Formats: sequence, C-alpha cells, structure tokens
Amino acid sequence: MTTNLPIYMDNAATTPLDPRVLDAMLPYFVDKPGNAASRSHSFGWEAEAAVENARKQVARLIGASSEKEIVFTSGATESDNLAIKGVAGFYKSKGNHIITCKTEHKAVLDTCKRLERTGYEVTYLQPDAQGRVTAEQVRDAITDKTILVTLMLANNEIGTVHPIGEIGAVTRERGVIFHCDAVQGVGKVEFDVEAMKVDLASISAHKMHGPKGVGALYVRRSRPRVRLVAEIDGGGHERGVRSGTLNVPAIVGFGKACELAYDEWREDAKRVHALRERLRKYLFEHLEEVHLNGADDPNRLPGNLNISFSFVEGEAMLMAIKDVAVSSGSACTSASLEPSYVLRALGVDEELAHSSIRFSLSKFNTEDEVDYVGKLVVEQCQRLRDMSPLYEMHKEGIDIKSIEWAAH
Amino acid sequence: MAYSDKVIEHYEKPRNVGTLDKEDDTVGTGLVGAPACGDVMRLQIQVDPETEVVKDAKFKTFGCGSAIASSSLVTEWVKGRTLDEVMALKNSQIVEELNLPPVKIHCSVLAEDAVKSAIADFRRKQAERRGDKAGSE
Repeated sequence: MTTNLPIYMDNAATTPLDPRVLDAMLPYFVDKPGNAASRSHSFGWEAEAAVENARKQVARLIGASSEKEIVFTSGATESDNLAIKGVAGFYKSKGNHIITCKTEHKAVLDTCKRLERTGYEVTYLQPDAQGRVTAEQVRDAITDKTILVTLMLANNEIGTVHPIGEIGAVTRERGVIFHCDAVQGVGKVEFDVEAMKVDLASISAHKMHGPKGVGALYVRRSRPRVRLVAEIDGGGHERGVRSGTLNVPAIVGFGKACELAYDEWREDAKRVHALRERLRKYLFEHLEEVHLNGADDPNRLPGNLNISFSFVEGEAMLMAIKDVAVSSGSACTSASLEPSYVLRALGVDEELAHSSIRFSLSKFNTEDEVDYVGKLVVEQCQRLRDMSPLYEMHKEGIDIKSIEWAAH
Repeated sequence: MAYSDKVIEHYEKPRNVGTLDKEDDTVGTGLVGAPACGDVMRLQIQVDPETEVVKDAKFKTFGCGSAIASSSLVTEWVKGRTLDEVMALKNSQIVEELNLPPVKIHCSVLAEDAVKSAIADFRRKQAERRGDKAGSE
C-alpha cells in the first residue's frame, strides 16, 4: 500500500475537521443563516436552538452540571484571557496573587505577565523533569492573597498531564478559584470539571477535529459561583460575559466535535496511543542517543511524542522530512531565536532542546503513516549525524560538554 | 521557513561533507559555534604550503538548513583559491548567493568565522613547523 504524502503529524497545532463535523456545520452557512440573538423570527430561533444544543454537547463532554456554564469564545487564547483577567478584575479587592506554572501556554503566561505590570503578583511553579507540578507545590504556594490558580490539563509541547483532580481538591479546600487550560487534553484524557473541582476551563474546537475560530470557557455557576469582569463590551451576549454575534456554524461544529469525542474518545485514545508507541519503539530501537522529553504514561497525552535526536538540529530534521508535518523546539523554528521555553523549564540541555521534534498524532493517522515516518526519520537522522561534527566527536569519545565553546 | 532553491539544493546535496586529518600540518581546522546555540560548524582546508592554494576542503555542521548550506557553499568557494583570496571572503557574499533571510544571516557569519579560523590554524601549524615562535595567530 502506498502512503499518501504529505503526512500530517502536527495535531497539537491543529487537527483536521472530522467530516461528520463538517456535515453538521454546512446547513448553517446558507440554508439557516440566522443570528442566534434575533428573537423576532424563525431564522433566529433556529440558530439559537442550534447554539443551545451545542452548549449542551460541550457541557456534557467536560462534565459541567449545566449548559449555562458554557460561554462561547473565539478560541482558547480568548478563553484564557477572559478567565485570568476576568477573575483578576472581579476579585481585586480579595487579593492580587495568581499561581501558574513555567510551562503553561503563552496565552496564560503572557496574560499573567501583563497583570504583573498592573500590580498583581504571580508565582510560576517549577515543574519536575517530566513537566509535572504537584498538588503539594500548589498548596505551599497559596497565600491569603491568592485569588486564582491557573494550570493546564496537558502540555502542548511535551504532552505532560498535570494531576488536575488533586490540585482541584487543594484549591477547593483553600477557597481559591481554579482555572484549567484544558485545550490539549479534552477528548484525549479524562477531564471532568465536577470530579476534578475545576472552576474555569478553556477549550478549543480545532484541537479536537472541530473548526478553527471557536472555543469555550466553562464558568462554574454554583459552589463556588465564579464571577468575571468581561473583556469585550457590546450587545451583552453570553450573559454579558462575552459580547459579539455568535459564530453559529462554528459553534454547531464545535458541539458536534464534542459529541463525537464524548462517544468515541476512549476508543480513539487507545488507538492513537498504540500508534504513538509503535513510532516511539521503532525510533528507539533503530537509533542511539534519542531522548524522550516529558512524562511516561499514563501522565502523557496518548498522541504526543516529543523526542530529542542528539547531534541533529531540529530544523534541519524538519527539512529532511519535509513531507511530514511535525514541529520542533529548535530556536530556528521560533521567531525569538530561543529554543523551547518548555524544555528549558524542565532542565533539558539547550543542545537537546535544539534537537527536539514533536510528533503529535490523531485518530486520522494510520499504521502505514507511522511506519513510513519511522523509517524516514531513522534514515534522515543518520544522514544528518554523518554530517554532524558533534556526532563525530561523540563517536571518538569526546565529551561535548568538556569543550569550551565560544558563544556567538 | 521558506528557503531559496539554492539553500535547499545545498542542504539536500551538500558538497564536501567529511573529515581531513587534523594532525596533518597542511590541514587547518576551524570549529566554531556552540551546541547550546544550535549550531556548530567544523571546516577543514588542506593547503599547499608552497603556493598557499587550498587543495581540498571538508565540512561537518550541526545546525539548521541554512547553516549546512552556508558551510557547503564555502567549501566549494575556497577550493583552488589562495589563502589571501580566501581571507577576502565576506559573509555578505554567502547571504547574497544563498538568498538568506535576515534571521539566518548569523549562519553566514559562522561560515566566514569557520574559514578564518581554519586558516589561522593552518598558519599556526606552519609557523610551528618552521619553528617560528613569532608565527601568526
């Protein structure tokens, strides 16, 4: 069987739409064009009903007790901003301290940085070498000024899953609001806002085979009732928390994606995990000096494989496997010319951070694709090592760390 | 990163990958960059001590596509030239030839450094061979 190229293995960046999601969305572009806020005609009622149905689908996936707790947004970046700035604004009189982690997404970190400039204090927890923080660390960091803990369910680069349930127990006991950026983990690992005592949760449709440009913020309505200062003012949509005409087709697609995930995620996760393990085993069996970044199962997303190929720079590897879409923690792939801040926070050597490749698989990847990619990566890694002076030194038994390299 | 065809060509078919005997006193070795910065280039030249013409050049590079392409290009350029000609090489010529984007200019700087460092190594060895303690560095 021939493998179709190019192969997509960058599902942590975004996922292809499930065709069933597209089918659900299509009627809402032309045949059902209503604005969900139009109360005076059937087009509006139809759109509103579709949105409310989607709200139920989203709520059910994350275990929310009511669909009224779902606020639709443009995506997870907006949800993170709304959650963090919204809590900071509303509970200002209660305190000014926020707890997060060094490996959070930039939508969280940059939001926290902005708040720091306006008088808030932020604690950035240090994760362990696998990228995890513990409930004890959170407990120790809470002060009487703490108003919010914001931690991700699963990391986008290394796939490490935090012990959200244990952390939720601590925040609930201490009466601190708990926001969870659940974008990468929902529909891939267990996530239940009731069981895990999460008060706010960000999710995004396009990471789970839904459309881009739509997401949600779960906002707990009772015990505790979480209040937010709105970011966007306007027509008072979404109970005044997020004004702006609802993107009905996208929301319908989001709802459908959540419904599919609810019904199928366990089975999908099992299959995706098997594919990832097939790739991991192949690479580790055929290459020396490869290092897994992040955590071991079960504290790792089923589809995430982040590997450093020693002596080979990440971007050169990306070019070498150009028919395969993956990403790298190499500086050369970032605008900042700094290697991955996530890997550096874990204490990964800078050289290894430059050499890291993230494969992120989805339910649409196949065994044939995995086998093709495994073979290609091994071949190209060997080719690049054969032209790497570091590999030659390694072979000669020279310790690369013993050399005094000139910075440039 | 959108690369020029020339970068891709050199990256896919790099010229003169390999190793010369670094103990040979007609071989100059330049090792520049740092693993932590994501690029290390090793450029070696074999020079005729009488005519100072570069007879052979080899490289190995740990780095991105344009670092590999820059070093490959430089090995082609130096071969058959005298050391004085090679010393006149400027990184801007590499940038121009490979059409490197601004964020990749440091790759060409590194290649220029590697060449100069290889020449310095060759001259130091030659000076030592002649027992000339005031040899050039």
